[in-house]
Amino acid sequence: MTRKRRRLYFVLFAMIGLGAATALVLGAIEDSLVFFYTPTDLAEKDIPTDRRMRIGGLVAENSVKRAADGLSVNFIVTDLTNTLPVTYKGILPDLFREGQGVVAEGKIDAGGVFRADAVLAKHDENYMPAEVAEALKKSGQWKGPGEGSTGEGNAGAMIAEIGHYALLLALGLAIAQGVLPLWGAGRDDPKLMAVGPVAATGQFAFLIIAFASLIYLYVVSDFSVENVAQNSHSAKPLLYKISGVWSNHEGSMVLWVLILALFGAMVAIFGTNLPPGLRARVLAVQGWIGVAFLTFILFTSNPFLRLSPVPADGNGLNPLLQDPGLAFHPPFLYLGYVGFSVAFSFAIAALIEGRVDPAWARWVRPWTLAAWCALTLGIALGSWWAYYELGWGGFWFWDPVENSSFMPWLSGTALLHSAIVLERRDALKSWTILLAITTFVLSLIGTFLVRSGVLTSVHTFASDPARGLFILLILIVAAGGSLALFATRAPKFKAGGLFAPISREGALVLNNLLLVTACATVFLGTLYPLFLDALDLGKVSVGAPYFNATFIPIMTPLVVAMAVGPMLAWKRGDIKGVIGRLKFALIVGVIVTLGTWYAMGGDVLAAAGIGLAAWLVLGALMEFAGRIKLFRVPLAASLARLKNLPRSAFGMTIAHAALGIVVAGITASSAWQTEKILVMTKGASVELAGYSFVFAGVEEAEGPNYTVKRGTFEVTLDGRDVARLTTERRFYPVRNMTTTEAAIHTTWFADLYAVVGDADGKGGWTVRLYHNPLVPWIWVGAVLMALGGLVSLTDRRHRVGAPARTRKTAARTKPPGGGARPATA
Amino acid sequence: MRLVYIIPLAVFATVAAAFGVGLTLKPNIVPSALIDKPVPEFTLAGLPGAEVELAEGFSSADLRGRVSIVNVFASWCFPCRIEHPLLMRLARNPKVRIFGLNYKDRPEDARAWLKELGNPYHRIGVDREGRIAIDWGVYGVPETFIIDAGGRIRYKHVGPITPSDLDEIIVPIIDRLSE
Repeated sequence: MTRKRRRLYFVLFAMIGLGAATALVLGAIEDSLVFFYTPTDLAEKDIPTDRRMRIGGLVAENSVKRAADGLSVNFIVTDLTNTLPVTYKGILPDLFREGQGVVAEGKIDAGGVFRADAVLAKHDENYMPAEVAEALKKSGQWKGPGEGSTGEGNAGAMIAEIGHYALLLALGLAIAQGVLPLWGAGRDDPKLMAVGPVAATGQFAFLIIAFASLIYLYVVSDFSVENVAQNSHSAKPLLYKISGVWSNHEGSMVLWVLILALFGAMVAIFGTNLPPGLRARVLAVQGWIGVAFLTFILFTSNPFLRLSPVPADGNGLNPLLQDPGLAFHPPFLYLGYVGFSVAFSFAIAALIEGRVDPAWARWVRPWTLAAWCALTLGIALGSWWAYYELGWGGFWFWDPVENSSFMPWLSGTALLHSAIVLERRDALKSWTILLAITTFVLSLIGTFLVRSGVLTSVHTFASDPARGLFILLILIVAAGGSLALFATRAPKFKAGGLFAPISREGALVLNNLLLVTACATVFLGTLYPLFLDALDLGKVSVGAPYFNATFIPIMTPLVVAMAVGPMLAWKRGDIKGVIGRLKFALIVGVIVTLGTWYAMGGDVLAAAGIGLAAWLVLGALMEFAGRIKLFRVPLAASLARLKNLPRSAFGMTIAHAALGIVVAGITASSAWQTEKILVMTKGASVELAGYSFVFAGVEEAEGPNYTVKRGTFEVTLDGRDVARLTTERRFYPVRNMTTTEAAIHTTWFADLYAVVGDADGKGGWTVRLYHNPLVPWIWVGAVLMALGGLVSLTDRRHRVGAPARTRKTAARTKPPGGGARPATA
Repeated sequence: MRLVYIIPLAVFATVAAAFGVGLTLKPNIVPSALIDKPVPEFTLAGLPGAEVELAEGFSSADLRGRVSIVNVFASWCFPCRIEHPLLMRLARNPKVRIFGLNYKDRPEDARAWLKELGNPYHRIGVDREGRIAIDWGVYGVPETFIIDAGGRIRYKHVGPITPSDLDEIIVPIIDRLSE
C-alpha cells in the first residue's frame, strides 16, 4: 500500500470515528443538559417544566418536615423573593441544614412541587479566606517569615524560615537548571550541560527540606504559621496532622513541586545513558516547569506565612478529608500528574532537536509508564474514598475534579500505546509528540480547574481568581509555547514505517483514536458549562447521563479490539486467523452474556457488558498462552518459553485482563445494585438481596476530635451470621460539620453497604442499605492494572544499556525464530 | 496538510479564552436578592454578660437614620478572625456604625472573642439559631452588609473583607451614602 493510500485510509477512518463521536455527543448533551434556575426564575420566566432541572436557593427555616412515611423529606427553597416546595426521598447530605444553600436536581410535578432525586448542600458555613493572605500581608497585618519573629526565639519560627528559604533556593536552582543546560546544549558545551543534573538534585534536596519543615510545623501544631492554623487543630490524630499538609492548597502545591523535582532528580540520576544534549534539554524543560510553580507558590500560595496574633488553636481540617483513603490519594495523583511532565519535557527537547526516533520512544516509555501506574492507583484510591465516605453507594460521579484526573489518564494511556508504535516501527512521530504534550497539558488544566474555582465541584480547594489567573498564565505559556513549537517543527519529521490498516500498528492506532475521542468527550462534557457561561447562555450542568451515553459506546469497541489487537502481527495482520484463535473466548463471551441475562434479568446490554469482560480476560490470557505455545508444545518447552518471555509481556497480559475485571465490576454494580431506604426501629429487620438485616440500634460515643452516633446491623444469610455492620455519623465541633462513615462488608463478589441517617424522633432512624454486586472488582482490577504497569516497568529493555540511537532499532520488529513476538504492554 | 499541525494550537487557544472569561465569572456567588430593598424586620437580643451596650441588642429600627454596617460573624469562623482588624479600623470611621450579628455562636465564646481581639461593634445581636440570618439571605460567615440612612441594603460583601475591599469598595460606598 502506498503512503498516500494509507494516509487516505487513516483520515477516512478518523473522519468516521469523529462523525460518530460528534453524533453521540450532540445526542447525549441534548438529553442530559440540566439548566439551573432560582425560584424567582421559575415564577417570573416562562420556563418549560417538563424537563429535568436544577434549582438553588436557601432552605427556608422551619420548613423541613418529614412526611408520614418517615422517609420523604419536604422543605421549601427560597431565594428570599420567591419560594418553591421541594420533596425528596432519602438521606439528606451531611451539609444539609435549614438556612443553608442547597441545590436540588429533579422535575416539577403537576402540583407545582419540585420532586428532587438528588440534593447537594453547598457550603460549610465558613468562607475560606482566599486572596486575603497576600493582601493582608501587604497591609502589614501578617508577617512573612523573618519579619515578625525577632526575639521570639521559638523553634517553629526558625523552621518556618528554613522552609521558606529552602523554597527560594530551590527556585534559584530551578532557574539555573532551566537556563544553563539549554544554553550548553545549543553550544555543545559539556560544562554548562553538566549544571543540569547538579541543579536538579540540589533543587530536589531543598524541596525535601521545605516539605519536611512544613510537616514539622503541622506535627508540633505551630499555629503562628497561618497555613497550619487554618488547616490543622491540636486535637487531631497524628496521621491527619501529617496528611493535613497536602490537604490544602498551599501544602499540596509544595508536594506538587517536590514530586516534580523528584522526577527531575531521577532523570538526572538514571538518565546517564541519554545523549548529553537530550538530557540537558529535558532537564532544562523540567527546570522551567519548576520555576513556574515555585514562583506561583512564593507569590500567591506561600505556606510559611506567619500569623500575628497567634490563635489559641487551629481551624481544623475539613472533616470530610480526615480519612485514610483521602490522606493518601493526592500523593499518588500528583505522582501521576507530575510524572507526565517528564514525557512532556522529552517531547519539547525532541522538538527543539528536531529529531524523534525509536530510541526516543524507548527512553520516554518507562517515565510515562511510572506516571501512569501512579495515576491509576490515585484515581482508584479517590473513587474508593468517595464510595465509602460520601455514603451515596456510588464510586464515580463524573464530577469535574474526578474528570480532571481521568482525562490525563485516558490521554496517557493513549501515549503509552502510541510510543510502542514509535519504538517498534518508527511511525506516528508527530502524533506521539502531540500526545506527550497533551497529556501534561491536561494535567495542568486539571490543576487549573480544581484551584481556580471556574467550575463548582464537591472537592474544590479554596478557590481564588488570582491564583487561577497565575495558573492560566503558566498554562498558556506551557501549552501555547509547546503547541506553537509543535506546529513549526512537527511537519519536518520524516514519516516512518508503513503498515496495513489490519496490523498491530493499525490496532494501536485504533486504540489511540478511541481513547483520544473518549478523552475529548469527557473534556467537552466537563467544560461545556464553562463555555455556555462564558458566552452568557445560562448556567447549566452536564450530568452523569451524558458521560454514560458517550463514554460507554466509545469504550465498547476498544474492549472488543483489545483482545484482538495484541494477536495481530506487525505491518500486516491476519484478522481471520486471529478470530479463529479467539473462537473459544468468543463462545465463552456469548455464553456468559446469555447466562447472565438469564440469571440476572434486566438489561441485555448489561449482560453483554459482563460477556465483554469475559471476552477480554480470556482474550488476554489466550494471547499469553499463545506466546508460550501452551498445550501445543510439551509443557517443559512452554515453561522454558515462559522464562524467556520479556516482563513487558506479563505486564500487558495483567493490565489487559485487569481492565476486563474492572469492566465486570462497573457493569454489575451499575446494573444490579439493589437499594432500600426505610425507617427502622431497634430490633426491626429487612430483607435485601437475600440477606436479612437486623437493626441493633444507635449508640453515642466520643472520638478523638468528634462525637459519634454509631448504628449497628446484624446481617444473616439463611440463618447464618454473615457480618456485623457498624456505620458512623460523626460530628466535628471545631468545624460545625457532620460526616458519614458507611459500613461495608465485602464478600469479594458483592458489598453489603449500610448508612444510618437522621432520627425521626419516634425511635426510628432513616436507613439506607445497598447490595452492590462485584463492586470490589473495580478496585481489585485497578490495582492489578497498576501492577501490570509496574511489571512492565521492570522489563530489562528499560533497565539495561543505552538503546543505541541508530536507524537499526526498527529492524528489531522481527525477532529470530518467529515465536514469541516482541512485547508490547 | 501543514495546517493540520496548527489545529492543536487553535483548539487550545479557544479553551484558554474560555478559561480567561470563566475566571471573571463567579459561579459560587449567588447575587443577593435584597440589594436596594429595606432591611428585613427583626429584633435581636444582645450578648448577655457583656458591657451594657452590647447586652442591649438591636432591631431593624436601629439601622435607620445613619449609614450602618451589619457584619455577620462567629467565634468559630476562622476568616472572621482575619477580617477582624479591618473592622477595628473601620470602627474609627465616624460616618458609620457597625452592628454585629453573632451567628450560631455560644455567648461565652463570643465574649472571649471580643475580649481577645477587641470590639469594633456599636451593638451586637445574638442569632443563636440563625433565624434572622435567613431573612438576610446569609449563606455563610463572614458576610457584611452596608445599609443607607433610609434603612435600605445597598451592598453585600461575601467572605472576609480584605484591605483592598475596605479601601476601594466599602469606604467609598460609605462616603457616597453619607453625602
